[in-house]
Amino acid sequence: MIDTKDILETINMIREENLDIRTVTVGISLFDCVSDDKNRFLNNIYDKITRTAEKLVPICNDIEKMYGIPIINKRVSITPLSLVGGCLDSDGFVEAAKTLDRAADTLGINFIGGFGALVHKGSTRCDNALIDAIPEALASTKMVCSSVNVATTKAGINMDAIAKMGSIIKKTAYLTRDENSIGCAKLVVFANVPEDNPFMAGAFHGVGEPDAIINVGVSGPGVVSSAIRRAGDCSLSELAEVIKKQSFKITRVGQLVAREASNRLGIPFGIVDLSLAPTPAIGDSVADILESMGLEICGAHGTTAALAMLNDAVKKGGVMASSHVGGLSGAFIPVSEDAGMISAVEKGVLSIEKLEAMTAVCSVGLDMIAVPGDTSEAVICGVIADEISIGVANTKTTAVRIIPAYGKKVGDSVDFGGLLGTAPIMSLRSESPEVFIKRGGRVPAPIHSLKN
Amino acid sequence: MKTKSVISVTGKDNVGIIAKVSNICAEYGANIIDISQTVLQDYFAMIMIVEIDALTLPFTDFVDKVAMLGKENGLEIHAMHEDIFDSMHKI
Repeated sequence: MIDTKDILETINMIREENLDIRTVTVGISLFDCVSDDKNRFLNNIYDKITRTAEKLVPICNDIEKMYGIPIINKRVSITPLSLVGGCLDSDGFVEAAKTLDRAADTLGINFIGGFGALVHKGSTRCDNALIDAIPEALASTKMVCSSVNVATTKAGINMDAIAKMGSIIKKTAYLTRDENSIGCAKLVVFANVPEDNPFMAGAFHGVGEPDAIINVGVSGPGVVSSAIRRAGDCSLSELAEVIKKQSFKITRVGQLVAREASNRLGIPFGIVDLSLAPTPAIGDSVADILESMGLEICGAHGTTAALAMLNDAVKKGGVMASSHVGGLSGAFIPVSEDAGMISAVEKGVLSIEKLEAMTAVCSVGLDMIAVPGDTSEAVICGVIADEISIGVANTKTTAVRIIPAYGKKVGDSVDFGGLLGTAPIMSLRSESPEVFIKRGGRVPAPIHSLKN
Repeated sequence: MKTKSVISVTGKDNVGIIAKVSNICAEYGANIIDISQTVLQDYFAMIMIVEIDALTLPFTDFVDKVAMLGKENGLEIHAMHEDIFDSMHKI
C-alpha cells in the first residue's frame, strides 16, 4: 500500500512547489522527405511531421490528467533543416520555416525546433542559405526555433560562422523589433550541441537518431529549493544527499511520463533530460535554490561553487531514476525565465562575467540575456566566442541566446510573455574584439593532455 | 493486481465530505479500499485509495467528475493514478 506521507509529499510537490513535466518532445527524422522539387519537399515535411506527431497533444493531455501532473509543453524537433533542404535557396528556407509553423499549428504544439545547421568545421551552400534565412524565418513564424552549432571539442571553433551569427542575431533583433526582438529568443548558437535535447530553442533531431523518438524534460527547481530549506542547518555532504533524493523523485516522474507517452504514441523512448528548468513563477527558480543553499543573493562570490555542487548532485540523483538520460542534463540559468536571476541582475549583483563563469560548471550557457540594442556585431561575436570556448575547452555543451533588444538601453527591460519571461537589459563592455573576430578561419581543436 | 487510484480531498472542513466522495465512487464503480483523514484546525485532508478496474467510464473522465464535485463544494479533489506515487517513492 502507498504510504500516506508519500502521497501528500507528491501532491505537495505538484500543487505547491511547481513540479511539472516541462516538455514532451517528439524527434522526427526528415531524411525520407528529401526531394529535388521544392514544393514536393515542403509537402513531404508537412505530411511527415503532422502524421508522426498527430496524437502528441491529445495523448499528453490524457497523461496529464491520469497522473495529475501538468505537462507544460508539447514540442517537435526535426532533423536540422540544412541537412535535408538541399535544393532550397534562402527564400525557399523561409518558406520551409512557414511550412514548419503551419505543421506546428495543425498539431497544436508549442514549439518546433530544428531550423538549423551544424557548421562547426565549415558550411555548405545549403548551410549558408539556411543561416541567411534565419532572421526572416523567425520574424515570419511564431513557433519555429533555430539553432546553429559553431564548434565542437573535436573540430575546434568555426570563427567565420561566429562572425556570421553576430550579424544574423542583429538582423533578427531588428526584424522582430515590434515584439521586443523576440526572434532572438528563438535562436541559439551552440558548441558541442547534443542531438537528443528536448528543450527549446536548441532542440533538433540528431543524425544518429531513429525515425522518431520521445524525449522528455522535467522541471522542479521549486521542489529542490523547498527540500533544502526543510533540511535546515546541515553540512554540504548532507545537502548533496537531499538534492540527490529530490532529483531522483523528479526524474522518476519524467521516466513514467516518457514511458507512457512512448507506449501510447508507438514511438520509442529516447531520453529523460535531467535539467532543472526554471520558470518566471515565484519559487520555481534556480537562483532561489542557490540562495537556499546559503548565498545572500545569486551572483555573490560562492555562486559558482554552489552551482557546481547542485549540478553534480542533480545528475547523480537523476541518473539512477531513468533508464536513459541525455540532452542537456544540468541546471539551466536563463536570466529572463528565472525570477531570482532577474532580481539579482536588477540589484546589480549578477553580472554577465559571473554568468559566464557559472556556465563553466552547469548546463547550457549565456541564456536569455538581453543587452542594449546598439551593441555592435563584433561585441556580440566576442560574447559568443568566449562562451563557445568554455564549452570547447571543457568538453561540454555551451550556448548563447542573446537578445540585443532594438531601441533598448541598460535600465530598461523587455517582456516576452509566458515562459520566456522578462529580461532586464544587461551591460556589456563596448571595447571592440572586431580585429580578432574578423581574422576568421578556425580555432584549432584543443589538446587533451597536459591538462591544467 | 488491481489498478488503483488515489483520491485526495483538501479544503475547509464541511459536513458530509466523505459521503459525497463515496457516493461518486459508488456511482461510477470505483471500489474504496482505504480511507485516511486528518483535520488540522479547520483544514481537512482526506486520502482515499480506490480500485478503478471496474470503472463504468474512462479514468480521465472520472478525474473530471471528482474535480467537478470538488468545485461544487469549495474543495480541491483530485484523482491520480497510483503509478505516479509508486514510481516516485519506490526503487
